[in-house]
Amino acid sequence: MNQLFGDIALYGPGFMRAAWLVLWLTVLTIIVSWICGLAAALAQRSDYRILRGIAGFYIWFIRGTPALVQIFIIYFGLPQLGIRLSPFTAGVIALGVNSGAYVAEIIRSGLSAIHKGQTESALAIGFSHAQTMRTIILPQVFRIILPSITNESISTLKNTSLLSAITVVELTLYAQTLISATFRPFDFYIAVAVIYLALTSVLTQLANWLERRYTRLS
Amino acid sequence: MTGPFLKLREIRKSFGDNEVLKGVSLDVAQGEVVSIIGASGSGKSTFLRSINAMEMPQSGFMEFGGYSFDYRAESRFHPTQAQLQSLRAEIGMVFQSYNLWPHMTVLQNVIHAPMMLRGQSKADATAEGEALLSRIGLYEKRHSYPGRLSGGQQQRVAIARALAMKPKLMLFDEVTSALDPELVHEVLTLMASLAADGMTMLLVTHEIAFARDVSNRVLFFDQGVMAEQGPPDVVLKNPESPRLRQFLHRILHDAPSSEAQA
Repeated sequence: MNQLFGDIALYGPGFMRAAWLVLWLTVLTIIVSWICGLAAALAQRSDYRILRGIAGFYIWFIRGTPALVQIFIIYFGLPQLGIRLSPFTAGVIALGVNSGAYVAEIIRSGLSAIHKGQTESALAIGFSHAQTMRTIILPQVFRIILPSITNESISTLKNTSLLSAITVVELTLYAQTLISATFRPFDFYIAVAVIYLALTSVLTQLANWLERRYTRLS
Repeated sequence: MTGPFLKLREIRKSFGDNEVLKGVSLDVAQGEVVSIIGASGSGKSTFLRSINAMEMPQSGFMEFGGYSFDYRAESRFHPTQAQLQSLRAEIGMVFQSYNLWPHMTVLQNVIHAPMMLRGQSKADATAEGEALLSRIGLYEKRHSYPGRLSGGQQQRVAIARALAMKPKLMLFDEVTSALDPELVHEVLTLMASLAADGMTMLLVTHEIAFARDVSNRVLFFDQGVMAEQGPPDVVLKNPESPRLRQFLHRILHDAPSSEAQA
Protein backbone atom coordinates (compact mmCIF):
# COMPACT_ATOMS: atom_id res chain seq x y z
CA MET A 1 0.00 0.00 0.00
CA ASN A 2 2.76 2.34 0.95
CA GLN A 3 4.49 1.57 -2.30
CA LEU A 4 1.33 2.50 -4.24
CA PHE A 5 1.14 5.89 -2.54
CA GLY A 6 4.81 6.35 -3.06
CA ASP A 7 4.46 5.54 -6.77
CA ILE A 8 1.58 7.96 -7.15
CA ALA A 9 3.56 10.72 -5.50
CA LEU A 10 6.57 9.93 -7.65
CA TYR A 11 5.02 9.22 -11.05
CA GLY A 12 1.58 10.85 -10.67
CA PRO A 13 2.54 14.32 -11.93
CA GLY A 14 4.25 12.87 -14.99
CA PHE A 15 1.21 10.75 -15.81
CA MET A 16 -1.02 13.77 -15.29
CA ARG A 17 1.00 15.75 -17.82
CA ALA A 18 0.88 12.85 -20.27
CA ALA A 19 -2.87 12.45 -19.76
CA TRP A 20 -3.32 16.16 -20.30
CA LEU A 21 -1.42 15.85 -23.57
CA VAL A 22 -3.71 12.99 -24.61
CA LEU A 23 -6.78 15.14 -23.95
CA TRP A 24 -5.29 18.03 -25.86
CA LEU A 25 -4.37 15.78 -28.81
CA THR A 26 -7.88 14.34 -28.76
CA VAL A 27 -9.60 17.73 -28.79
CA LEU A 28 -7.47 19.05 -31.66
CA THR A 29 -7.85 15.80 -33.59
CA ILE A 30 -11.63 15.88 -33.19
CA ILE A 31 -11.72 19.44 -34.53
CA VAL A 32 -9.66 18.46 -37.58
CA SER A 33 -11.78 15.35 -38.10
CA TRP A 34 -15.05 17.30 -38.03
CA ILE A 35 -13.74 19.77 -40.58
CA CYS A 36 -12.52 16.97 -42.86
CA GLY A 37 -15.62 14.88 -42.25
CA LEU A 38 -18.11 17.67 -42.91
CA ALA A 39 -16.23 18.77 -46.02
CA ALA A 40 -16.10 15.22 -47.35
CA ALA A 41 -19.76 14.51 -46.52
CA LEU A 42 -20.92 17.68 -48.29
CA ALA A 43 -18.56 17.04 -51.21
CA GLN A 44 -20.12 13.60 -51.63
CA ARG A 45 -23.48 15.26 -52.19
CA SER A 46 -22.07 17.93 -54.47
CA ASP A 47 -23.27 18.46 -58.02
CA TYR A 48 -19.64 18.46 -59.13
CA ARG A 49 -18.32 15.06 -60.05
CA ILE A 50 -14.74 16.07 -59.26
CA LEU A 51 -15.63 16.89 -55.64
CA ARG A 52 -17.53 13.64 -55.27
CA GLY A 53 -14.52 11.84 -56.72
CA ILE A 54 -12.06 13.45 -54.32
CA ALA A 55 -14.29 12.71 -51.32
CA GLY A 56 -14.81 9.13 -52.45
CA PHE A 57 -11.09 8.56 -52.90
CA TYR A 58 -10.32 10.10 -49.52
CA ILE A 59 -12.76 7.87 -47.67
CA TRP A 60 -11.72 4.79 -49.62
CA PHE A 61 -8.02 5.39 -48.99
CA ILE A 62 -8.32 6.19 -45.29
CA ARG A 63 -10.64 3.32 -44.46
CA GLY A 64 -8.55 0.89 -46.46
CA THR A 65 -5.15 1.59 -44.90
CA PRO A 66 -3.92 1.26 -41.29
CA ALA A 67 -3.86 4.42 -39.20
CA LEU A 68 -0.26 3.72 -38.23
CA VAL A 69 0.82 3.70 -41.88
CA GLN A 70 -1.00 7.01 -42.41
CA ILE A 71 0.82 8.49 -39.42
CA PHE A 72 4.16 7.29 -40.83
CA ILE A 73 3.36 8.80 -44.25
CA ILE A 74 2.70 12.20 -42.67
CA TYR A 75 5.57 12.18 -40.19
CA PHE A 76 8.31 10.21 -41.99
CA GLY A 77 7.11 10.46 -45.59
CA LEU A 78 6.33 14.15 -46.04
CA PRO A 79 9.85 15.40 -45.09
CA GLN A 80 11.09 13.67 -48.26
CA LEU A 81 8.84 16.14 -50.13
CA GLY A 82 10.21 18.99 -48.08
CA ILE A 83 7.31 19.19 -45.62
CA ARG A 84 8.68 18.81 -42.12
CA LEU A 85 6.22 18.72 -39.23
CA SER A 86 6.69 18.40 -35.50
CA PRO A 87 5.58 15.03 -34.08
CA PHE A 88 2.66 16.75 -32.37
CA THR A 89 1.43 18.53 -35.51
CA ALA A 90 1.96 15.49 -37.71
CA GLY A 91 0.08 13.40 -35.18
CA VAL A 92 -2.92 15.72 -35.01
CA ILE A 93 -3.11 16.00 -38.79
CA ALA A 94 -2.73 12.27 -39.39
CA LEU A 95 -5.26 11.24 -36.75
CA GLY A 96 -7.64 14.05 -37.72
CA VAL A 97 -7.57 13.16 -41.40
CA ASN A 98 -7.98 9.51 -40.48
CA SER A 99 -10.95 10.05 -38.20
CA GLY A 100 -12.44 12.53 -40.70
CA ALA A 101 -13.17 9.72 -43.14
CA TYR A 102 -15.23 7.91 -40.51
CA VAL A 103 -16.93 11.14 -39.45
CA ALA A 104 -17.82 11.73 -43.10
CA GLU A 105 -19.59 8.39 -43.24
CA ILE A 106 -21.41 9.15 -40.00
CA ILE A 107 -22.55 12.57 -41.27
CA ARG A 108 -23.60 11.01 -44.58
CA SER A 109 -25.84 8.54 -42.79
CA GLY A 110 -27.25 11.38 -40.67
CA LEU A 111 -27.97 13.51 -43.74
CA SER A 112 -29.78 10.67 -45.43
CA ALA A 113 -32.00 10.29 -42.36
CA ILE A 114 -33.41 13.81 -42.77
CA HIS A 115 -36.66 13.93 -44.74
CA LYS A 116 -36.31 15.93 -47.95
CA GLY A 117 -39.33 17.99 -46.92
CA GLN A 118 -37.06 19.73 -44.42
CA THR A 119 -34.88 21.15 -47.17
CA GLU A 120 -37.91 21.84 -49.29
CA SER A 121 -39.75 23.91 -46.70
CA ALA A 122 -36.59 25.92 -45.99
CA LEU A 123 -35.87 26.66 -49.64
CA ALA A 124 -39.53 27.49 -50.28
CA ILE A 125 -39.52 30.18 -47.60
CA GLY A 126 -36.47 31.81 -49.16
CA PHE A 127 -33.41 30.37 -47.46
CA SER A 128 -30.29 29.70 -49.48
CA HIS A 129 -28.84 26.22 -49.67
CA ALA A 130 -26.10 27.21 -47.21
CA GLN A 131 -28.55 28.73 -44.72
CA THR A 132 -30.74 25.64 -45.01
CA MET A 133 -27.82 23.34 -44.37
CA ARG A 134 -26.49 25.38 -41.45
CA THR A 135 -29.70 26.23 -39.59
CA ILE A 136 -32.15 23.48 -40.55
CA ILE A 137 -30.35 20.33 -41.65
CA LEU A 138 -27.08 20.13 -39.70
CA PRO A 139 -28.61 20.84 -36.28
CA GLN A 140 -30.91 17.87 -36.84
CA VAL A 141 -28.09 15.72 -38.20
CA PHE A 142 -26.00 16.54 -35.15
CA ARG A 143 -28.68 15.21 -32.83
CA ILE A 144 -29.06 12.03 -34.85
CA ILE A 145 -25.36 11.24 -35.08
CA LEU A 146 -24.37 12.15 -31.53
CA PRO A 147 -24.07 8.52 -30.35
CA SER A 148 -21.94 7.53 -33.37
CA ILE A 149 -19.82 10.64 -32.98
CA THR A 150 -19.23 9.70 -29.34
CA ASN A 151 -17.94 6.30 -30.38
CA GLU A 152 -15.69 7.88 -32.97
CA SER A 153 -14.33 10.36 -30.42
CA ILE A 154 -13.52 7.53 -28.04
CA SER A 155 -11.68 5.73 -30.85
CA THR A 156 -9.78 8.91 -31.55
CA LEU A 157 -8.76 9.21 -27.93
CA LYS A 158 -7.49 5.64 -27.86
CA ASN A 159 -5.75 6.05 -31.22
CA THR A 160 -3.56 8.81 -29.78
CA SER A 161 -1.51 5.94 -28.32
CA LEU A 162 -0.35 5.24 -31.88
CA LEU A 163 1.51 8.54 -31.77
CA SER A 164 3.98 6.91 -29.38
CA ALA A 165 5.49 5.51 -32.59
CA ILE A 166 6.47 9.00 -33.76
CA THR A 167 7.90 10.18 -30.44
CA VAL A 168 4.93 12.10 -29.10
CA VAL A 169 5.33 11.60 -25.36
CA GLU A 170 1.70 10.83 -24.62
CA LEU A 171 0.61 8.28 -22.04
CA THR A 172 1.82 5.14 -23.77
CA LEU A 173 5.27 6.38 -24.64
CA TYR A 174 5.64 7.99 -21.25
CA ALA A 175 4.91 4.65 -19.64
CA GLN A 176 7.40 2.93 -21.92
CA THR A 177 10.15 5.29 -20.88
CA LEU A 178 9.38 4.63 -17.22
CA ILE A 179 9.27 0.88 -17.86
CA SER A 180 12.68 0.88 -19.49
CA ALA A 181 14.05 2.51 -16.35
CA THR A 182 12.15 0.52 -13.73
CA PHE A 183 11.41 -2.88 -15.42
CA ARG A 184 7.84 -2.81 -14.09
CA PRO A 185 5.79 -3.23 -17.30
CA PHE A 186 2.74 -4.74 -15.63
CA ASP A 187 2.36 -1.95 -13.09
CA PHE A 188 2.78 0.85 -15.53
CA TYR A 189 0.71 -0.55 -18.40
CA ILE A 190 -2.12 -1.21 -15.94
CA ALA A 191 -1.76 2.36 -14.71
CA VAL A 192 -1.92 3.59 -18.31
CA ALA A 193 -5.02 1.47 -18.99
CA VAL A 194 -6.75 2.87 -15.92
CA ILE A 195 -6.02 6.42 -17.02
CA TYR A 196 -7.34 5.78 -20.56
CA LEU A 197 -10.41 4.23 -19.01
CA ALA A 198 -10.96 7.30 -16.85
CA LEU A 199 -10.58 9.59 -19.86
CA THR A 200 -12.96 7.62 -22.08
CA SER A 201 -15.48 7.44 -19.22
CA VAL A 202 -15.43 11.20 -18.85
CA LEU A 203 -15.95 11.56 -22.59
CA THR A 204 -18.89 9.15 -22.49
CA GLN A 205 -20.49 11.03 -19.62
CA LEU A 206 -20.08 14.30 -21.49
CA ALA A 207 -21.72 12.79 -24.57
CA ASN A 208 -24.58 11.37 -22.51
CA TRP A 209 -25.19 14.78 -21.05
CA LEU A 210 -25.20 16.36 -24.51
CA GLU A 211 -27.55 13.68 -25.75
CA ARG A 212 -30.01 14.27 -22.94
CA ARG A 213 -29.82 17.97 -23.56
CA TYR A 214 -30.34 17.88 -27.33
CA THR A 215 -32.61 14.97 -28.00
CA ARG A 216 -35.73 16.08 -26.17
CA LEU A 217 -37.43 16.74 -29.50
CA SER A 218 -39.94 14.39 -31.13
CA MET B 1 -51.45 49.45 -66.27
CA THR B 2 -52.74 46.79 -64.00
CA GLY B 3 -51.93 43.38 -65.42
CA PRO B 4 -52.81 40.21 -63.61
CA PHE B 5 -51.33 39.73 -60.15
CA LEU B 6 -49.81 36.44 -61.22
CA LYS B 7 -49.35 35.52 -64.82
CA LEU B 8 -48.19 32.17 -66.15
CA ARG B 9 -47.83 31.33 -69.82
CA GLU B 10 -47.27 27.98 -71.51
CA ILE B 11 -45.51 26.42 -68.53
CA ARG B 12 -43.90 23.13 -69.50
CA LYS B 13 -42.09 20.60 -67.36
CA SER B 14 -40.85 17.09 -67.99
CA PHE B 15 -39.25 14.57 -65.72
CA GLY B 16 -37.16 12.46 -68.06
CA ASP B 17 -39.42 11.32 -70.87
CA ASN B 18 -42.52 12.06 -68.87
CA GLU B 19 -44.04 15.41 -69.82
CA VAL B 20 -45.93 16.43 -66.70
CA LEU B 21 -46.98 19.94 -67.76
CA LYS B 22 -47.81 20.44 -71.41
CA GLY B 23 -48.05 24.20 -71.60
CA VAL B 24 -50.32 25.61 -68.91
CA SER B 25 -51.32 29.28 -68.77
CA LEU B 26 -53.10 31.08 -65.97
CA ASP B 27 -53.86 34.58 -64.79
CA VAL B 28 -54.71 35.19 -61.16
CA ALA B 29 -56.10 38.46 -59.86
CA GLN B 30 -55.16 39.91 -56.50
CA GLY B 31 -57.30 38.45 -53.73
CA GLU B 32 -58.48 35.60 -55.89
CA VAL B 33 -58.74 32.09 -54.46
CA VAL B 34 -58.08 29.41 -57.05
CA SER B 35 -58.53 25.69 -56.39
CA ILE B 36 -56.79 23.13 -58.53
CA ILE B 37 -58.30 19.67 -58.72
CA GLY B 38 -57.39 16.61 -60.72
CA ALA B 39 -56.25 13.01 -60.41
CA SER B 40 -52.81 12.26 -59.05
CA GLY B 41 -50.26 12.54 -61.84
CA SER B 42 -52.30 15.20 -63.62
CA GLY B 43 -49.55 17.77 -63.04
CA LYS B 44 -51.42 19.95 -60.56
CA SER B 45 -48.77 19.85 -57.83
CA THR B 46 -45.96 20.35 -60.32
CA PHE B 47 -47.80 23.37 -61.67
CA LEU B 48 -48.18 24.84 -58.19
CA ARG B 49 -44.51 24.22 -57.46
CA SER B 50 -43.42 25.81 -60.73
CA ILE B 51 -44.88 29.13 -59.58
CA ASN B 52 -42.17 29.65 -56.95
CA ALA B 53 -39.67 27.67 -59.03
CA MET B 54 -39.47 24.80 -56.57
CA GLU B 55 -39.81 22.94 -59.85
CA MET B 56 -37.97 24.84 -62.53
CA PRO B 57 -40.08 24.88 -65.71
CA GLN B 58 -38.29 23.95 -68.91
CA SER B 59 -40.28 26.44 -70.89
CA GLY B 60 -42.81 29.18 -70.34
CA PHE B 61 -43.12 32.52 -68.67
CA MET B 62 -43.94 33.67 -65.17
CA GLU B 63 -44.72 37.17 -63.93
CA PHE B 64 -45.42 38.07 -60.33
CA GLY B 65 -44.88 41.32 -58.46
CA GLY B 66 -41.70 42.80 -59.87
CA TYR B 67 -40.45 39.44 -61.04
CA SER B 68 -40.57 38.08 -64.52
CA PHE B 69 -38.99 34.72 -65.12
CA ASP B 70 -38.74 33.88 -68.79
CA TYR B 71 -38.01 30.20 -69.12
CA ARG B 72 -38.27 30.10 -72.89
CA ALA B 73 -35.20 28.63 -74.50
CA GLU B 74 -34.47 31.71 -76.60
CA SER B 75 -34.33 33.95 -73.53
CA ARG B 76 -31.42 31.97 -72.09
CA PHE B 77 -32.68 33.02 -68.72
CA HIS B 78 -31.78 31.19 -65.57
CA PRO B 79 -32.86 32.73 -62.28
CA THR B 80 -29.99 33.56 -59.96
CA GLN B 81 -29.88 32.20 -56.45
CA ALA B 82 -30.73 35.69 -55.14
CA GLN B 83 -33.73 36.05 -57.48
CA LEU B 84 -35.04 32.65 -56.45
CA GLN B 85 -34.66 33.47 -52.78
CA SER B 86 -36.39 36.83 -52.94
CA LEU B 87 -39.23 35.46 -55.09
CA ARG B 88 -39.79 32.58 -52.70
CA ALA B 89 -39.69 34.90 -49.70
CA GLU B 90 -42.78 36.65 -51.09
CA ILE B 91 -44.71 33.47 -51.81
CA GLY B 92 -45.81 31.35 -48.88
CA MET B 93 -45.96 27.62 -49.45
CA VAL B 94 -47.57 24.94 -47.30
CA PHE B 95 -46.98 21.25 -47.88
CA GLN B 96 -48.90 18.04 -47.40
CA SER B 97 -46.42 16.81 -44.81
CA TYR B 98 -46.20 20.09 -42.80
CA ASN B 99 -42.37 19.96 -42.80
CA LEU B 100 -42.02 21.93 -39.59
CA TRP B 101 -38.46 22.00 -38.31
CA PRO B 102 -38.49 19.54 -35.42
CA HIS B 103 -35.45 20.94 -33.60
CA MET B 104 -37.13 24.29 -33.11
CA THR B 105 -40.10 25.23 -30.94
CA VAL B 106 -43.33 26.38 -32.57
CA LEU B 107 -42.38 30.02 -32.03
CA GLN B 108 -38.84 29.49 -33.34
CA ASN B 109 -40.30 27.88 -36.45
CA VAL B 110 -42.38 31.00 -37.02
CA ILE B 111 -39.70 33.64 -36.34
CA HIS B 112 -36.70 31.92 -37.93
CA ALA B 113 -37.21 33.16 -41.48
CA PRO B 114 -38.32 36.72 -40.62
CA MET B 115 -35.21 37.12 -38.48
CA MET B 116 -32.74 35.62 -40.92
CA LEU B 117 -34.24 36.80 -44.19
CA ARG B 118 -36.02 40.03 -43.28
CA GLY B 119 -33.51 41.11 -40.68
CA GLN B 120 -36.20 41.53 -38.05
CA SER B 121 -35.04 41.89 -34.48
CA LYS B 122 -35.84 39.00 -32.20
CA ALA B 123 -38.21 41.19 -30.18
CA ASP B 124 -40.18 42.32 -33.23
CA ALA B 125 -40.28 38.88 -34.79
CA THR B 126 -41.40 37.36 -31.50
CA ALA B 127 -44.16 39.94 -31.02
CA GLU B 128 -45.47 39.34 -34.53
CA GLY B 129 -45.01 35.60 -34.26
CA GLU B 130 -46.95 35.47 -31.00
CA ALA B 131 -49.73 37.52 -32.55
CA LEU B 132 -49.90 35.07 -35.45
CA LEU B 133 -49.96 32.11 -33.08
CA SER B 134 -52.77 33.75 -31.12
CA ARG B 135 -54.70 34.15 -34.33
CA ILE B 136 -54.41 30.45 -35.15
CA GLY B 137 -55.22 29.56 -31.56
CA LEU B 138 -51.86 28.04 -30.68
CA TYR B 139 -50.30 30.75 -28.54
CA GLU B 140 -50.17 28.38 -25.56
CA LYS B 141 -48.14 25.94 -27.65
CA ARG B 142 -45.48 28.45 -28.65
CA HIS B 143 -42.75 26.82 -26.59
CA SER B 144 -43.67 23.24 -27.56
CA TYR B 145 -41.76 21.25 -30.11
CA PRO B 146 -43.70 20.27 -33.25
CA GLY B 147 -43.49 16.58 -32.36
CA ARG B 148 -45.84 17.24 -29.44
CA LEU B 149 -48.57 18.70 -31.65
CA SER B 150 -51.37 16.98 -33.56
CA GLY B 151 -51.21 16.94 -37.34
CA GLY B 152 -53.84 19.67 -37.60
CA GLN B 153 -51.94 21.87 -35.15
CA GLN B 154 -48.68 21.29 -37.00
CA GLN B 155 -50.26 22.25 -40.28
CA ARG B 156 -51.69 25.43 -38.75
CA VAL B 157 -48.21 26.29 -37.47
CA ALA B 158 -46.84 25.64 -40.97
CA ILE B 159 -49.36 28.16 -42.30
CA ALA B 160 -48.36 30.65 -39.59
CA ARG B 161 -44.70 30.11 -40.45
CA ALA B 162 -45.43 31.03 -44.06
CA LEU B 163 -47.58 34.01 -43.06
CA ALA B 164 -44.80 35.38 -40.85
CA MET B 165 -42.95 36.35 -44.02
CA LYS B 166 -45.95 38.49 -45.01
CA PRO B 167 -46.34 36.79 -48.38
CA LYS B 168 -48.38 38.31 -51.16
CA LEU B 169 -49.45 34.91 -52.42
CA MET B 170 -50.02 31.61 -50.68
CA LEU B 171 -49.64 28.18 -52.26
CA PHE B 172 -51.23 25.18 -50.57
CA ASP B 173 -50.17 21.77 -51.85
CA GLU B 174 -52.72 19.18 -50.67
CA VAL B 175 -52.34 20.47 -47.15
CA THR B 176 -55.10 18.34 -45.65
CA SER B 177 -54.33 15.06 -47.42
CA ALA B 178 -52.10 13.71 -44.65
CA LEU B 179 -54.48 14.65 -41.85
CA ASP B 180 -56.89 12.44 -39.97
CA PRO B 181 -60.42 13.32 -41.08
CA GLU B 182 -61.32 14.93 -37.75
CA LEU B 183 -58.36 17.31 -38.03
CA VAL B 184 -59.09 18.53 -41.56
CA HIS B 185 -61.70 21.01 -40.45
CA GLU B 186 -59.46 23.20 -38.27
CA VAL B 187 -56.99 23.67 -41.12
CA LEU B 188 -59.68 24.44 -43.68
CA THR B 189 -61.26 26.94 -41.27
CA LEU B 190 -57.96 28.78 -41.01
CA MET B 191 -57.57 28.80 -44.79
CA ALA B 192 -61.10 30.09 -45.24
CA SER B 193 -60.38 32.93 -42.84
CA LEU B 194 -57.25 33.82 -44.81
CA ALA B 195 -59.31 33.87 -47.98
CA ALA B 196 -61.87 36.09 -46.29
CA ASP B 197 -59.07 38.50 -45.38
CA GLY B 198 -58.25 38.91 -49.05
CA MET B 199 -55.16 36.71 -49.32
CA THR B 200 -54.43 35.57 -52.85
CA MET B 201 -54.37 31.80 -52.71
CA LEU B 202 -53.78 28.84 -54.99
CA LEU B 203 -54.56 25.47 -53.58
CA VAL B 204 -54.22 21.95 -54.85
CA THR B 205 -56.92 20.03 -53.05
CA HIS B 206 -59.13 17.00 -52.92
CA GLU B 207 -61.60 18.83 -50.68
CA ILE B 208 -64.30 19.44 -53.25
CA ALA B 209 -66.67 21.02 -50.75
CA PHE B 210 -64.01 23.46 -49.66
CA ALA B 211 -63.12 24.29 -53.25
CA ARG B 212 -66.79 24.97 -53.93
CA ASP B 213 -67.36 27.14 -50.87
CA VAL B 214 -64.17 29.17 -50.71
CA SER B 215 -62.68 29.53 -54.17
CA ASN B 216 -63.51 32.02 -56.87
CA ARG B 217 -62.34 29.67 -59.54
CA VAL B 218 -61.68 25.97 -59.94
CA LEU B 219 -59.16 24.50 -62.36
CA PHE B 220 -59.34 20.89 -63.46
CA PHE B 221 -56.02 19.40 -64.50
CA ASP B 222 -55.90 16.32 -66.66
CA GLN B 223 -52.80 14.71 -68.13
CA GLY B 224 -50.66 17.81 -67.92
CA VAL B 225 -53.12 20.34 -69.28
CA MET B 226 -55.72 22.57 -67.71
CA ALA B 227 -58.73 20.77 -69.12
CA GLU B 228 -61.44 22.93 -67.64
CA GLN B 229 -61.76 26.05 -65.53
CA GLY B 230 -64.40 28.40 -64.27
CA PRO B 231 -66.45 29.40 -61.24
CA PRO B 232 -66.95 26.51 -58.81
CA ASP B 233 -70.70 26.40 -59.40
CA VAL B 234 -70.17 25.80 -63.07
CA VAL B 235 -67.15 23.54 -63.03
CA LEU B 236 -68.24 21.37 -60.12
CA LYS B 237 -71.96 21.23 -60.83
CA ASN B 238 -72.04 21.15 -64.61
CA PRO B 239 -68.72 19.80 -65.79
CA GLU B 240 -68.30 19.85 -69.55
CA SER B 241 -65.80 17.09 -70.07
CA PRO B 242 -66.52 13.43 -69.37
CA ARG B 243 -63.11 13.18 -67.66
CA LEU B 244 -64.09 15.77 -65.07
CA ARG B 245 -67.50 14.15 -64.59
CA GLN B 246 -65.75 10.83 -63.99
CA PHE B 247 -63.25 12.42 -61.63
CA LEU B 248 -65.92 14.17 -59.56
CA HIS B 249 -68.00 11.06 -59.44
CA ARG B 250 -65.08 9.04 -58.21
CA ILE B 251 -63.97 11.50 -55.59
CA LEU B 252 -67.48 12.23 -54.26
CA HIS B 253 -68.78 8.68 -54.15
CA ASP B 254 -65.79 6.44 -53.55
CA ALA B 255 -63.79 8.52 -51.11
CA PRO B 256 -64.27 7.33 -47.55
CA SER B 257 -63.14 10.57 -45.94
CA SER B 258 -64.90 13.81 -45.18
CA GLU B 259 -65.18 14.57 -48.88
CA ALA B 260 -67.92 11.96 -49.09
CA GLN B 261 -70.21 14.10 -46.97
CA ALA B 262 -69.75 17.10 -49.18
